[in-house]
Amino acid sequence: MTGIGTLFTIALAFGWLSLFAVGGAAAAIPEIHRIAVELNHWMTEAQFADAFAIAQLSPGPNVLIVTLVGFHVAGIAGALVATLAMCVPTAALAYAVSRLINRAGDSPWPALVQAALVPLSIGLMAASGLILAFAADGSVAAVALTLVAAVLAAATSLNPVWLLVAGGVLGLLGWI
Amino acid sequence: MSPDSPAAGLPPDPPPPALPGRFALFLAFAKMSLAGFGGVLVFARRAIVDRHRWMTADEFNETFALCHFLPGPNIVNLSVVFGARIRGFSGSIAAFAGLLAPPFLIVTTLALLYAHYGDVPALRRVLNGVSCAAVGLLLAVTWRMMLPLLKRREPVALAMLVAVFIAVGVVRWPLPQVLLATIPLSIAATWLMRRRRAA
Repeated sequence: MTGIGTLFTIALAFGWLSLFAVGGAAAAIPEIHRIAVELNHWMTEAQFADAFAIAQLSPGPNVLIVTLVGFHVAGIAGALVATLAMCVPTAALAYAVSRLINRAGDSPWPALVQAALVPLSIGLMAASGLILAFAADGSVAAVALTLVAAVLAAATSLNPVWLLVAGGVLGLLGWI
Repeated sequence: MSPDSPAAGLPPDPPPPALPGRFALFLAFAKMSLAGFGGVLVFARRAIVDRHRWMTADEFNETFALCHFLPGPNIVNLSVVFGARIRGFSGSIAAFAGLLAPPFLIVTTLALLYAHYGDVPALRRVLNGVSCAAVGLLLAVTWRMMLPLLKRREPVALAMLVAVFIAVGVVRWPLPQVLLATIPLSIAATWLMRRRRAA
């Protein structure tokens, strides 16, 4: 199924989505999930949860979860197309805007719009958490691990990488 | 003592840092990208402001505010805007490529491995555990961002937050439609609230 048509579908889906990615990649996960799992059936829920885990384990911007989706659908070409579609249109927009205005100036509008966007992007991140929890947490132990990791990450300044490693070890031991 | 006599014992003022060339831009962004597990922004600030002093903290905040305001992955926007300020169009290409090319290669390699070994039971169990923990981390970040809104008791902001959460997370409506409806609403509500508070 790795034809030009598929690559075109990937480019269109992620290029369009990128324009609505307010608040970063975490807020875009519900729509990435909708595109990859619900609409196109490119991935199962478990594969999507795996992609999220691999993206978290990798260095670099979190947006690279779309690279994994693209690879899953159409190999290296798919990975490249998905990544560029997600990054280039908005990067071009940012480039153009930054050339037009050098600074925000005294206009109150950018700050006001940003304040208005904050609750929306937090709502989207919470939705990401719910959707991923449904995809990843298949057992009581899994839900417990998610909750414990959430509390530890929120209440301590522990390096998040250790929580991921601990999750992996617990999984390997067959406890999850 | 005149300020331009550094030989008189006191260390001279640090010279203004030289602006990086394209290759240096590529390398700097590649480094911060590869250091960034779970978000590159912290490392970008450290490198650009603290280590290289290519921008002051205020300049960085202003640039980031612009990139945060625009749609798309913030840090990708930041690389392009920063690169452009330093070296024009080719500078933005260099920073963009530095930020994305190395982690792209790593992620693609991991994807290749996953395609070959994804069905191995031990790896399945590991990934399952990692993804559960990763969801927990995401929930913690969300909670931390929500705290200021809860403390300030902004009913309108919290209502918008819950509305978006239900529309996208529970009902699973498409993101573009939900945002096209809620962004104007939220801007109008924020504007009214501020005007009422100012009055």
